[in-house]
Amino acid sequence: MTDTEGSGAAIQRPEIRKAAIQKPRKQLESDILLVGQPNVGKSVLFSRLTGVRTIASNYPGTTVSYVLGRMRSGGHNLTVVDAPGTYSLEPLDEAARVTVDLIDDAKRIINVVDSTHLERHLPMTLELIAQEKPMVVALNMSDEARHKGISIDVPRLAADLGVPVVPIAARSGEGVKRLTDICLSLAPNHKLHLDESGHPGHHPHIQHVPTGSRVNSSARHMHLDRDRIWRRVGELVEEVQVLEHHHHSFAERLEEISIHPLWGSLFALVVITLSFSMIRLIGEFLITGAVGIVGQPWLQLPFGTELLFEKLLQPPLILLSRLLGPGSFLHRMLIGTLVEGRIDFMQSFGILTSGIFIPLGVVLPYLLSFYFVLSLLEDSGYLPRLAVFLDNFMHGIGLHGYAIIPTLLGLGCNVPGIMATRILESRRQRFVTATLISVAVPCAALQAMIVGLVGSRGIGPVLIVYGSLFVVWILISLVLRFTAREFQPELLVEIPPYRLPTPRALATKMRLRISGFLREALPIILGAIIIVNLLYQLDLFSRVARVAEPLITRLWGMPPEAVVPLLVGVLRKDVALGMFAPLDLTGKQLIIGSVVLAMFFPCIATFVVLFRELGLKDGLKSMGIMLLAVILSGGALNLIL
Amino acid sequence: MEKLLTELILGQEGIIVSVRGGRGLQSRLRNLGLVEGQRIRKLSALAWGGPVVVEVKRTQVAIGRGMAARIAVRCG
Repeated sequence: MTDTEGSGAAIQRPEIRKAAIQKPRKQLESDILLVGQPNVGKSVLFSRLTGVRTIASNYPGTTVSYVLGRMRSGGHNLTVVDAPGTYSLEPLDEAARVTVDLIDDAKRIINVVDSTHLERHLPMTLELIAQEKPMVVALNMSDEARHKGISIDVPRLAADLGVPVVPIAARSGEGVKRLTDICLSLAPNHKLHLDESGHPGHHPHIQHVPTGSRVNSSARHMHLDRDRIWRRVGELVEEVQVLEHHHHSFAERLEEISIHPLWGSLFALVVITLSFSMIRLIGEFLITGAVGIVGQPWLQLPFGTELLFEKLLQPPLILLSRLLGPGSFLHRMLIGTLVEGRIDFMQSFGILTSGIFIPLGVVLPYLLSFYFVLSLLEDSGYLPRLAVFLDNFMHGIGLHGYAIIPTLLGLGCNVPGIMATRILESRRQRFVTATLISVAVPCAALQAMIVGLVGSRGIGPVLIVYGSLFVVWILISLVLRFTAREFQPELLVEIPPYRLPTPRALATKMRLRISGFLREALPIILGAIIIVNLLYQLDLFSRVARVAEPLITRLWGMPPEAVVPLLVGVLRKDVALGMFAPLDLTGKQLIIGSVVLAMFFPCIATFVVLFRELGLKDGLKSMGIMLLAVILSGGALNLIL
Repeated sequence: MEKLLTELILGQEGIIVSVRGGRGLQSRLRNLGLVEGQRIRKLSALAWGGPVVVEVKRTQVAIGRGMAARIAVRCG
């Protein structure tokens, strides 16, 4: 990763890894390049053009690095690139530098602009025009502009700018066809105009007066000094935009309330409580069919994965079990061990029993529920507001308010969480946030198992597990804060308007995230179960257990066999936690085991991403912090409880 | 009357007269529309030195307290 400081720098989520490439040193030619400021809907337009499904959310910085896709038009295969959002071409941050490089090699540019905030977006449009590339301006969110009583004289704006302007609404697809047609009718060009220094467009202040034929009077005779750009934009907007007075909409009222010092805090509290309750409620319902509070549901419906597995999978498996004969090698691999003579989907640990039930019966429902709620939060535009409210608290423990976004993503899966730390400015902030995620933020899969297994002992133990991890999270950040004092960058962020999440965007995001889990996690889960059974068969565990005994038994008060789940945790934490089930642990042991397992070495996927993002040295440092933290907190819990 | 952005009361409007800071900070603020001569309205200031939220060009922008103290505003 780069060491560069970047403000609204964007994230490349792992879900779209396949369609995307890390910024290579070599150039990337694009037939169409989408350029615009953060959160103007470039990713939405990109999906419309290419059919490549990408994650689009309602906060600045959803895409860093860039995304590549293809589009067919008139028998040609065209390369479309979605550049990271940047406020200007002045290379202040990584996103701007990436964009400047991408522009060099673009044949045509679509400049995506927010129609509702023309004056904020046109400065960059003028900068882009000065690059002398074939370009069309897409006035996105034109539907929202109409709604807000903003009308724009499009022909006049086009005449003033000297480039075609097309109003679109990328979310509904309105105008996108026309935009593509106009864009493709532009003659492709990849020779760039060079300034005196010989570097196309790299100069932070372009002093050169462009003389290209496509650039008309207003842009041509203007030195691109930024104060002049702003003045020019003021005049332009004055000419082409009419604002109708309109009454405050409900969303706008909500925007003001949710940022108010007092009402906003209450609002944040309600949103957080509601979100977590919803995740629990939906998840619980999908698994058990119970509606309501844990243990005392208001309503019990004949629904849920537990019932499904019992009715559909249990009968044939009982037959298979008799056929193979308990105790045989195949029985151990496929069915696992019988618990009191019966198949137990949670405890048997065969490929066909726990191997299927843990990922599909427990984790999947919880993931569905978690990502549904998270997507709602992302798309509504609430997350940046939450970051503002938590900024103070986060600064208190040495973090930046925006660090809450990667952390929340980490509660789903640590991998995208750690990748999202790229939106943070300093290298140190990224290190601390990523380390905290990998050590003290349990992913949704692990949480599903904690709720399922620890929850069977009551709600109290579950709260102790969550509480302990939260305390660990705070203590580590505090310790890190005092070990290295540094200037803490302050929050400076644009807060997007509230938008109603669209079912289409919601479905796309859920599908991407869930299929990512099925594709990547399912094979690891099955592999982990096979390996565990093989190792049991070979009796290798008892030897490891003897070596690890002092730590596990004396310090943490766990039985020596607990070493096995801890090791398996390196593959998958959800599977590993399931292995505590047959161990006959006391309540206290189960709590300590869950906390230690959550912290002890990240799972393999997280491990890889952590080292890739932090580099070898910081990755090792992070591991050191993790080991120290897990040894101490396991010991502390053993003393306290 | 000239005040710092941090000193405005909630809901108060004003025009930015100066931004004290290096070129990097000036550019970052300008990108969000916070330039001299711009009319802004203070919407919120979170307790205990938390960020200040302003409305500028019909957009909400959250600014850390330290940065906000570098922005002088003419009001009233």
